[in-house]
Amino acid sequence: MQENDREPIIVFDNFGFQYFSQAEPTLAGIDLKIYPGEKALIVGPSGSGKSTLGHCLNGLIPFAYKGKQTGTLTIAGACSQEQTIFDRSKVVGTVLQDSDGQFVGLTVGEDIAFALENDCMATPEMHRRVEQAAAMVDMDSHLKNSPNELSGGQKQRTALAGVMIDDVQILLFDEPLANLDPATGKTAIEIIDNIHRDTDKTVIIIEHRLEDVLHRPVDRVIVVDDGRIVADMTPDELLCAGVLRAHGIREPLYVTALKYAGVSLTPDMRPSHVESIDLTDADTKLRRWLTTVQRDTAVNQNPPVLSVEDVSFSYDGKRDVLKDVSFEIRQGEMVSIVGRNGAGKTTITQLMCGFETEHSGIIRYQGEDIAPHSIRERAEYLGLVMQNPNQMISEAMIADEVGLGLKLRGIPSEERAERVNTALRVCDLSPYRSWPIAALSFGQKKRVTIASMLTLNPKVLILDEPTAGQDFRHYTEIMRFLARLNEDGLTVVLITHDMHLMLEYTPRAIVLSDGEVIADAPASEVLTDAGVIERANLKETSLYTLTQRAHIESGTDFVQSFIDHEKWLRSRSDDGDG
Amino acid sequence: MKINLFTQSREDTFLRRMSGVAKLVCFLLLTFTVMLSYDIRVIAFTIILSFVMFHISKVTWRQIRVIACILLLFLLLNALFTFLLAPEQGVKIYGSRHEIFHIAGRYTLTQEQLLYMSSKLLKYVAVAPLGLIFFLCTDPSELAASLNGIGMPYKGAYAVSLTLRYFPDLQRDYNNISMSQQARGLEMSKKAGFASRVKNALAIIVPLIFSTLERIEVISNAMDLRAFGKHKKRTWYSARKISRQDILAIAVTALIFAVSLYITFFINHSRFYDPFA
Repeated sequence: MQENDREPIIVFDNFGFQYFSQAEPTLAGIDLKIYPGEKALIVGPSGSGKSTLGHCLNGLIPFAYKGKQTGTLTIAGACSQEQTIFDRSKVVGTVLQDSDGQFVGLTVGEDIAFALENDCMATPEMHRRVEQAAAMVDMDSHLKNSPNELSGGQKQRTALAGVMIDDVQILLFDEPLANLDPATGKTAIEIIDNIHRDTDKTVIIIEHRLEDVLHRPVDRVIVVDDGRIVADMTPDELLCAGVLRAHGIREPLYVTALKYAGVSLTPDMRPSHVESIDLTDADTKLRRWLTTVQRDTAVNQNPPVLSVEDVSFSYDGKRDVLKDVSFEIRQGEMVSIVGRNGAGKTTITQLMCGFETEHSGIIRYQGEDIAPHSIRERAEYLGLVMQNPNQMISEAMIADEVGLGLKLRGIPSEERAERVNTALRVCDLSPYRSWPIAALSFGQKKRVTIASMLTLNPKVLILDEPTAGQDFRHYTEIMRFLARLNEDGLTVVLITHDMHLMLEYTPRAIVLSDGEVIADAPASEVLTDAGVIERANLKETSLYTLTQRAHIESGTDFVQSFIDHEKWLRSRSDDGDG
Repeated sequence: MKINLFTQSREDTFLRRMSGVAKLVCFLLLTFTVMLSYDIRVIAFTIILSFVMFHISKVTWRQIRVIACILLLFLLLNALFTFLLAPEQGVKIYGSRHEIFHIAGRYTLTQEQLLYMSSKLLKYVAVAPLGLIFFLCTDPSELAASLNGIGMPYKGAYAVSLTLRYFPDLQRDYNNISMSQQARGLEMSKKAGFASRVKNALAIIVPLIFSTLERIEVISNAMDLRAFGKHKKRTWYSARKISRQDILAIAVTALIFAVSLYITFFINHSRFYDPFA
């Protein structure tokens, strides 16, 4: 829906940018026009330059991040280099991905008012404007709440109200889905869409989760990779063009399923929404494909390595965070524990590792009650990898960091070196053994933290949101690595709300809601059960929607077939690699 | 090892409803009153006033237990050292000497010393509840607004409010890091020697600093993007208009301050009240 008769509001003309700290330009030869009222999605893998593009738009470049610019960028008729970040903030409103970190005020009202305060608006007028802006995002009854009383979605709404209050022309969302659970992410996309339709604002979304953003229509998708624009087309065209995989973007699952079934997509089929895609010829192909899939019938029959029996816990003695939670993790399993924020996922891991003590119930390791074991003793069979690797790393050099647990346990240096080397080799970090940790990427740091746990030879590895904020390429890298460790016999427990991860890598999912286990079943069942989906703030997988549209009787069966097929493809490509 | 110094009060009292600037001015006036005067009568009056205020504020003992104990300990130590270092200070000030009993060596307890030391101690006893009430019954952001209102540059004032905003996050990070480092085998209890405890503390502080730096980058970007620092001044969402009640409160405390100055200059002719003359 390009309105070429109108003047574009954003013009990148042969634009390039190089950070002073980088040897190569991060952006080069960018030519891009965005028209008023358009809704554009910018996708690209990590390091593609899409965030840099966002920083150029909102003025953080050159205000906070310095570098060399080539070409020109014109926003609402003004040359970017002649504007201060303050001028820019009147034109472009930015919602950052960290909905907690960007919450500056002590209450919702104050946070929304922040820009007005900085503009010296009189207090009574400010209160009036804040109420209006809060009402637009349904936060008007929460004005006095502090950030720790809000959910992630509410914090994001607050951030949105905080930029809309300035009546900006352009709204820029920098990875709005990164920190939200699937259901909240879906709502966020709906809110953005409603605002786009109700106002005349130009909306730019930077995200790598294409399928989730396409939940509501966008006018254009711009694919960025390696500092350049590699595609700029409508979503329908894009899904048929086959550029996504090549540039590290995951295509929607239903599109993948259709391709497996041998359906060739064309833009006329309107493939950008699973609800509206034309499946006239596709449904027979899907059914035929379903009969050909080789099903994976292996069931883990090992004895449980960890069992949680009727565990209850409360932080304040009033509200139970966990209520009679029971489940078993079998030796050699790869399991996910899912549920909305505050459902008790993190608490259960803290109980297992001994950071907190259960009020009632028993946790067993190989049948033995572990209540008498200290945090340190438990770490020898139960390794916990935290979400943010920077919260775990305390040494400057990789080998020292990985060997820290052994050193603290007084293991002699020869044995230590040997165990460190083994762990580094398993984690593909051997070449970096004497590197400083600061030189590593996020994914590599994650592997360092995993390696430092592996040196203690744990039997179970628990990872809290191992793929949060990772693009498809890094996600695949981390998950394949974990799958390999799992094949070598390590039991892996993943705390997550990433539905793809559940579907692709963990045969079984334990679902917590309000401190209770509401489901303990194959991921394909969990993600097709409307009741569980709703209570756990998950989202129905688009594969299931596809089966309903194609009138396939058992959606769960179809989803399971898809999982098995992908697993088979993966094992084939792994064999090919090795 | 959970840090929890004190919690804000949410009781709706007239102290809560007063504007932050008025509270700050009243607090400062009363503080000056007791700090300038060593007159035990003035101090006693302020103590009564501050305990009445404490009662009105509905702040509970539980909320201030920790901080009050620390303060009390500090005061007793202070009194002890005052006596040890200057046992004749009271005699010097009041110019007379009424011995109570001899302790040892150069140490004799005199009525003058006793009066001097109790005046000094009671000054703090008078001010401390006022300070606690002020902090517990003022929103941190209103505090920032009032600091700015009485002339502190707003960037500095805002830093106060930001610190309080991110303090719980920092506390949570600290606890998480501490747990995960303990899982790796870090000994944080008294079992470890002093040197290794210092080294072990580093293993928590280094990751805390790095994750805090990440946080700071996000916050400062968020603030820049919403034009923090654009003008030389800024207004405050949580600032309250000065009400009649506020003016009344300021007037009453100003009067108390004036009376204490009058007593100092025209009745006592010094900061001390001398009952021995």
